[in-house]
Amino acid sequence: MNAYEKVALARASDRLMGNWYIGQIIDDFTELHGDRRYSDDGAIVGGIGFLDGMPVTCITMNRGGSIEDRIKRNFGCPSPEGYRKALRLMKQAEKFRRPVICFVGSPGAYCGIGAEERGQGQAIAENLWEMCALKTPVISVVVGEGGSGGALALSVADKILMFENAVYSVISPEGCASILYKDSAKAPEAAEALRLTAADLYRMKVADAIIPETYRTSEETARILKKRLVSELTALKKVSVPRLLASRYEKFRAIGAM
Amino acid sequence: MAETMIRCKKCGQETADAQLLKNGRICPCCGNYFRMSARERIALVTDHGTFREHDGELKSRNILRFPEYDEKLEKAVETTGENDAVITGYAKIGGVPTALFAMDSNFMMASMGTVVGEKITRLFEYAAENRLPVVGFICSGGARMQEGVLSLMQMAKVSAAVRWHSDAGLFYLPVLTDPTTGGVTASYAMEGDIIAAEPGALIGFAGQRVIEQTTGEKLPKGFQSAEFQLEHGFVDLLLERRSSGTVIGRLLTANTAAERRGMYERV
Repeated sequence: MNAYEKVALARASDRLMGNWYIGQIIDDFTELHGDRRYSDDGAIVGGIGFLDGMPVTCITMNRGGSIEDRIKRNFGCPSPEGYRKALRLMKQAEKFRRPVICFVGSPGAYCGIGAEERGQGQAIAENLWEMCALKTPVISVVVGEGGSGGALALSVADKILMFENAVYSVISPEGCASILYKDSAKAPEAAEALRLTAADLYRMKVADAIIPETYRTSEETARILKKRLVSELTALKKVSVPRLLASRYEKFRAIGAM
Repeated sequence: MAETMIRCKKCGQETADAQLLKNGRICPCCGNYFRMSARERIALVTDHGTFREHDGELKSRNILRFPEYDEKLEKAVETTGENDAVITGYAKIGGVPTALFAMDSNFMMASMGTVVGEKITRLFEYAAENRLPVVGFICSGGARMQEGVLSLMQMAKVSAAVRWHSDAGLFYLPVLTDPTTGGVTASYAMEGDIIAAEPGALIGFAGQRVIEQTTGEKLPKGFQSAEFQLEHGFVDLLLERRSSGTVIGRLLTANTAAERRGMYERV
């Protein structure tokens, strides 16, 4: 499978995303709404539940299901208030000392006039700034398309897990092709050049593990993911907060270090 | 030899390059700000003869073997005489010892790749170790596409270093200049204790063409200008270029006073 075929899989409208996996692996999930500043962004869903008995905060991008739902959720493209809701829930998790699990999968942060007026850049920057120092374990799972800064705002994590057919890129292959080749139809070539597959990210030491998708059913994939999350979080919870933060710093410090 | 004349995009007046430089790259006719190179900026704001460059030898490599990147890098190095899009170092501003970085839009529109990320990260680490404030002159087209997700991750890497420096009780002043966009806006441009911007500078996250294509709406006048960001509460002040050294010196003095009295424990 070439890179652009992976992009198509990661984006497929019937692909199961974070909200479905939360339903599968988290018990008694309670959704919590709003950023307490402006509104409630449906492109991001967050709440509390139990992973194998362990309280956790889960945050996911949500593209929506039906057409109406997709429109309501802005096709999973978060606005500043979505990132601010995510941050509020992460700070709450820090206070009550429960781990955070983020699910990434959307084209990226919304590009609109209102989003700029309310500080899309500032909202993402604040998430990076806070997540660097969040005093509780954070795991990010890239399920679908990881689109640029909007995805990064949910993935400054202790561990980044990537689904086998997920992708993560600095720019969409179409955007890259229209800059590089002045032709967005050359997206397949751009996708290859960008090195955006899970295998690429694992090789570049950005992704820490790949969740295989070779199982017969998605329920089996969800079971594998759950097992992995339980073992990662059990290990991370044993680490002291200063050591946790030091190794998170080192994880990102090492990327492109000279 | 004939003088190079530069035309003002705002009023159309042509001015000799040397005269423009002497005037701080401000149009003598209409007061419009031209973009400055990183070296020109450093010369403008730092106390004469105090600048010491760091990590000037760091050079980008084509890590992903991305098409046409080698040629672009080569050309940028040739036209600017710089190794990459940011210059970092130590200087005094208004007499205050400071760690300083300046990005250069002449080098691949100051896009942020691993070298830019590494140099700025090292600068914040150096500043934290040596109890220095940081002043950063920022401009950027965003993350450097040619280095893929490694560029994107520099946003997190630099942010972590900025946070580390801040948690040590130290002051950071980003000055946003034309243009500040994309991944740089969504990271260290917006993480200052005080955020200054040059009048008229374009400052935003998404590109204007992308927004128009996505929404089909016409953009309002002055959208994403420094004045727009001031009005919406995302920058603290507009910084006039002529007096910028003096104002920065004043802000540095006010925000390093406790440090000089030794109020903070050494971290």
